[in-house]
Amino acid sequence: MGTITGNISLTEQFRDLYRNYSDEIAANSAPLMNAFREDAITRLEKQGFPYKGREDYRYADIESVFRQDLAKSFSDQKINFKIREIFHCDVPDINTNLFLLVNGRYYNNGEMLKELPGGIIAGSLAQAAKDYPEIVEKHYDRYAGSSSDGLVAMNTAFAQDGIFIYAPPGARGEKPVQIVNIMISETGQMAQHRNLFIAGDDAELNIVICDHSLSAHRFLTNSVNEVYAGERAQIDLTRIQNEHNGSSQITHTFNQQETSSRLASNIISLHGGFIRNNVFVKLNGEYAENHSMGLYLSDKGQYIDNFVFIDHASPNCFSNQLYKGVLDDYASGSFTGRILVERDAQKTNAYQSNNNLLLTDDAKIYSRPQLEIYADDVKCSHGSTTGQLDENALFYLRSRGIDLREARFLLMFAFAHQVIQNIRVKALRERIDDLVDKRLRGELSRCNNCAMQCG
Amino acid sequence: MQNEQDHILNEVTSGEYKFGFYTDIEQDSIGRGLDEDVIRTISAKKNEPEFMLEFRLKAYRHWLTMKMPEWAHLDIPVIDYQDQIYYSAPVQKAKLNSLDEVDPELIETFNKLGIPLEEQKLLSGVAVDAVMDSISVKTTFKETLAELGIIFCSFSEAVREHPDLVRQYMGSVVPYTDNFFAALNSAVFSDGSFCYIPKGVRCPMELSTYFRINAANTGQFERTLIVAEDKSYVSYLEGCTAPMRDENQLHAAIVEIVALGSAEVKYATVQNWYPGNKEGKGGIYNFVTKRGICKGDNSKISWTQIETGSAITWKYPSVILRGHNTTGEFYSVAVTNNRQQADTGTKMIHIGKNSKSIIISKGISAGLSNNSYRGLVKVLRGAENARNFSQCDSLLLGDKCGAHTFPYIESANHSAVIEHEATTSKIGEDQIFYCNQRGISTEDAIGLIVNGYAKEVLNKLPMEFAVEAQKLLQISLEGSVG
Repeated sequence: MGTITGNISLTEQFRDLYRNYSDEIAANSAPLMNAFREDAITRLEKQGFPYKGREDYRYADIESVFRQDLAKSFSDQKINFKIREIFHCDVPDINTNLFLLVNGRYYNNGEMLKELPGGIIAGSLAQAAKDYPEIVEKHYDRYAGSSSDGLVAMNTAFAQDGIFIYAPPGARGEKPVQIVNIMISETGQMAQHRNLFIAGDDAELNIVICDHSLSAHRFLTNSVNEVYAGERAQIDLTRIQNEHNGSSQITHTFNQQETSSRLASNIISLHGGFIRNNVFVKLNGEYAENHSMGLYLSDKGQYIDNFVFIDHASPNCFSNQLYKGVLDDYASGSFTGRILVERDAQKTNAYQSNNNLLLTDDAKIYSRPQLEIYADDVKCSHGSTTGQLDENALFYLRSRGIDLREARFLLMFAFAHQVIQNIRVKALRERIDDLVDKRLRGELSRCNNCAMQCG
Repeated sequence: MQNEQDHILNEVTSGEYKFGFYTDIEQDSIGRGLDEDVIRTISAKKNEPEFMLEFRLKAYRHWLTMKMPEWAHLDIPVIDYQDQIYYSAPVQKAKLNSLDEVDPELIETFNKLGIPLEEQKLLSGVAVDAVMDSISVKTTFKETLAELGIIFCSFSEAVREHPDLVRQYMGSVVPYTDNFFAALNSAVFSDGSFCYIPKGVRCPMELSTYFRINAANTGQFERTLIVAEDKSYVSYLEGCTAPMRDENQLHAAIVEIVALGSAEVKYATVQNWYPGNKEGKGGIYNFVTKRGICKGDNSKISWTQIETGSAITWKYPSVILRGHNTTGEFYSVAVTNNRQQADTGTKMIHIGKNSKSIIISKGISAGLSNNSYRGLVKVLRGAENARNFSQCDSLLLGDKCGAHTFPYIESANHSAVIEHEATTSKIGEDQIFYCNQRGISTEDAIGLIVNGYAKEVLNKLPMEFAVEAQKLLQISLEGSVG
């Protein structure tokens, strides 16, 4: 376990950390993943840490997040909690195949990889890299590797494990695969895990990721997800972020889509001190369809930052972005969406929309909906609104005997529901509706389902 | 169809730049390069008071610590700032008493540009300040304006004759520390226009500055300052051209506008610097800082720009809405063709209560060009009921150009309402077909559609300028098919 302090640059700190622990990191991972580390650490040195003010991290203070003094562990930790006892999924009637990640490591009962009904294989990425090297090798770091973000390179250098889900061509799972990503520790801790989701041609995958923190320490995760949708494959990816205010979470998701594939991602950020979600989509084959959506509800001093980059590399593709947020108290948030239409990606249809509600004068929102277009026969549009609830709508409701407070909740809920309605898992959709309703009313305490009750 | 497209695109890209001639006139230039001595020389040549030299030196020292900004969506070649000439002026007789004493070559130059300096020939009654290279050549209608108490003269003259006003307002909107090019300009600026409208006066005519780069290897660094006192009104026009040259020339200007209580200032630009030839050789690098402040309550500043020239445009006319109930407007048509690059837009900073801003930006890209809109709308905490509406449309003519939109929206007030929308499109074949059917040739149809597309902005221009702008659009784009 290593800690870093001092005044040297973060890049140098993490490089030294890697040098000191590289043997331990490699020993607790897989040779296939180890092969990428040296390259990645060189890349980190070259790219450096994103600093505030840089175009893609304009409003996010990444540096102070990483300056926290947190423990880092590179081998199996002894966990003194009985995870299954203190954690139970609070979504009623949800029927999923559940996988646990605890502090970035696969948590199991001896079974490292499982074959699920329908032919889907899921489990530990490090194990998969040993058992199915030909599959993992084809995709591992292929989509994240070209990123110019030093944090992605850092993940590649340090990541030892994560979740691997593979749907062979034509496979269809009966139930969604649920990943519960838990941070729990007796000290502040940092984790960097790596997930790889692959849907072969004509396969279907439905994945739900839930982020939780189960102890009151400061946590920091820097995770990378690589998602591959083969031809005509369909992937649904839903992420619910519900960590406490002392936690920081940075996620990078790289979605690679082949011809006629469809991928929908929903990121619902309910709680978290500092959240940065980077979503990159590459529409690599014609007629691919992408829906990237997000909903963020922040209060107190939370900071939520969504960054979406859609690369239309092929003609005839469709993409749709919808991000909505409600900011209360002195929370601040940022949305950056970029649509890139490459030369010759004709007949592109791309839409982007970002709507924000500010509830107080101390809340702040930064919105950057961007278009970068190099082809002429395209339909691209974006819209952004920031403001308050529609006076006319409020008046309409009040004239029908609904009091102002309730009318406001109704409208806010409707505002948020536009994103939630796209979640395909019914039990989850209803649960999130319920959570959001409670959240907007200020009744939701993150900890209401946690046995720790740490506040 | 593809052949026809290429043919027409070719025709467009081979369109000639009308104002590319060069006037052979005796020049008083200093050597290339920039150091403190050069700045002292410029200041001495202009007989400036001590405070100006101090200001320049401070700016220069600050500039040395700065780096050229790299965030714009532009591919800017390395600029050697020591390889520029920072002062060049047509040699003039000591003092001009009447127009007869102006060098006939000079008058001829401006006549060719359609800017008659002979007042009696002016029908429309536009007062002109003509600036060639580093200095102001002639300001017309000065006396008529003076009767109303309006000061309209070259910047150097203002420095000498109204030092208090200059001292009070110069750098108050764009401080020399603002950005790299503003610092450079503050150090070496040679001339420009100064305009002061006293309390309650409505300026009876359009004021206009015409900028002309003539000499080779010379950068043009002018500075305009407009001060509108309480309840005054002025409409201001700016035009610019340059000869065709193979090397790139640098233009880094500053425009500052101060609008006090209930004052209204309209500023319109038709920017037609030499854009370079179709291989992208030559052309002006245009790095301009334009900013106005609505200092008093109920004041209003409006920017209208037609950007057709320059190899590289880097320009964000902005309004700081400091007073309550203030209004900022930005209307822009930016056309890029061949290998031109433009990164232009605006900034609207809402500080006062009930401040309003509107942004209408129309980008048109053709050839191999790249055209970006970049705009900031910032609402500060105290700007209750601030309101912004932005619309940024892009039109692509051809499949080898790029059109980009980079808005920045920052809100820190819950009662503020900010809306932004943008679309990107090309001219529809159905639209062309509709015109063809009615006997309108494809070329005319495109002119028609582009003009219709830009109309919202063209309508904001004063009449004399609207005609010129319309013609410019036609020249730049006639016959192109998307």
